[in-house]
Amino acid sequence: MAFMIAVSLNFFLPRLIPGNPVRVLISQLAEGGVQSDALARIYDNYMREFGLDQPVYIQFFRYFTGLFKGDLGTSFMLYPGKVADLIKEALPWTVALQVPTILIGWIVGNVIGAVCAYKGGRFDAVVFTSALAISNVPYYCLAIILLYGLAVHNPIFPVGGGYSFGSFPDLSWSFLGDALYHYTLPFLSMIVVAIGGQAIGMREMALYELTTDYVQYSKALGLRDQKVVRYVFRNAMLPQITGLAISFGMMMGGALVTESVFSYPGIGSLLFTAIRQTDYPLIQGCTLIITVAVLLANFLVDIAYGFIDPRIRAAQLGER
Amino acid sequence: MGEVITLLFRSRRFIIGAALFTLVLAFGVIGPRVTSKDPFLMAGGLFDPPSEGSMLGTDNLGRDVFTQLMYGTGTSLLIGFVAGIVATVIGVAIGTLAGFKGGVIDELLMGVTNILITIPSIVVLILLSVAVKGRSATTMGVIIGVTAWPWTARAVRAQTSSLKTREHVDLARISGYSTVELIVKEIMPYMFSYIFMAFILQFSGGITNEATLSMLGLGPYQTVSLGVMLHWALLWESVRTGAWWAFIPPVLFLAVTSFSLMLINAGMDEVFNPRLRKS
Repeated sequence: MAFMIAVSLNFFLPRLIPGNPVRVLISQLAEGGVQSDALARIYDNYMREFGLDQPVYIQFFRYFTGLFKGDLGTSFMLYPGKVADLIKEALPWTVALQVPTILIGWIVGNVIGAVCAYKGGRFDAVVFTSALAISNVPYYCLAIILLYGLAVHNPIFPVGGGYSFGSFPDLSWSFLGDALYHYTLPFLSMIVVAIGGQAIGMREMALYELTTDYVQYSKALGLRDQKVVRYVFRNAMLPQITGLAISFGMMMGGALVTESVFSYPGIGSLLFTAIRQTDYPLIQGCTLIITVAVLLANFLVDIAYGFIDPRIRAAQLGER
Repeated sequence: MGEVITLLFRSRRFIIGAALFTLVLAFGVIGPRVTSKDPFLMAGGLFDPPSEGSMLGTDNLGRDVFTQLMYGTGTSLLIGFVAGIVATVIGVAIGTLAGFKGGVIDELLMGVTNILITIPSIVVLILLSVAVKGRSATTMGVIIGVTAWPWTARAVRAQTSSLKTREHVDLARISGYSTVELIVKEIMPYMFSYIFMAFILQFSGGITNEATLSMLGLGPYQTVSLGVMLHWALLWESVRTGAWWAFIPPVLFLAVTSFSLMLINAGMDEVFNPRLRKS
């Protein structure tokens, strides 16, 4: 359902723009001094190519059936490059950057948050306030500062890109090492913020759990602290799993910009160029792939949640 | 009200946050009114380092960074404020209505809200911004606000549905109040602090969203905002040329603004939330 709406939005919003993108494309050619009758022919050709000569509902139908065939249309900027190919090239980079960041950030953040809530006092005050400060800095702010501090001012790390100029993506060790070297800064700038955000959420949940009756009761029974903390942690964890799904969506914007700060060859940089060149099919392709990725992540988390929460697991297995 | 304010000022987080925010606000609102410089006018050479004449040097086109920073902070605050108001108004309207009415209306409104929550807002923001030509700062605020309300709606709905079972609401209902009157007079006052905190969050989110969009190149036209300054810095490679004065100040201002708002929010939470309140 959400997917259908997202696809429709993806289709219709850019089409609200007044003006004909093909005309823009043609006028760029015209500056190159192409004959006018030739222009008219090229115009017709392009209109057919992009399917703009058809009524809107047919365009939508084509767009939708194309999606299932993995056809996202043709890029304006890199004509006749296919949008799907451009995205296919960029996607592994983004996945390699984002998935580990979110997962590691989530785990570390949760542990820190729980420790904060449990310890309280000075430790909590210091860590909580710094987490608050860090997590509200957008990713790219930290990215820019890191880029300047550790790549430009003190050239320890490369200033950008996904791999060294001149090397070609393959699976050799030297390339992987090189890619990892370029990976460090974008990864660092995102993970710090991710940890901060998750820690705040976990602290809140754990604080709440600590006031519940079962904790008081276990304490009164004389259970060891460690054991109580384990219960608290497990209970506070459940909402955090839902939080993981949400953070995929929330992180997206910042992560995209972080990529373009480092000119990292992922979806973010692609989107940055696409917007600058007003390449609508490419923008649409990028936003679509982002939506799909986020919805997919949500779906996976939902499934994982079913496995992890004993109540849901029990209900599914039909035991009580 | 006076009591609330004394309570608020007992929270150190709130005091620091409010002080920081007031400084930023003064800088962004008063600054552009007292300066005689134009943020778009060439004031020196390309990437002049900070000097006596211009406190933060010049950017890639020789424009004065300090002046840009004042105007930019103002614009960013304006966008965040508009986004916050729009998102809060829509969110509160939908949330209270759904929570108060219950039944089919509730399910319908919350269904829409939940679907909107799953669609990543940045996607809708990008598509909307691409579709709207000639975006002014206010338009951007509205665009951001329109995509940000579902969270507020959900939270407000939860509050409303627990508040509506109170006796004073029933009393007002048998006295013949209309739904709107009931919501405005009997429910809203009890959620005021809650709504205000939601607004602060949306305000802060609006500022960051503006920066994200602007950095991708979808910022307001003909104006400078903090995000637009960063977009220029990316586009003209001021980071890689080492012109720190062109990008560190907007980064710091973004960070300080959202941090101060967060502190205000956390401080208010301390005061209004009985679970966290220290005796």
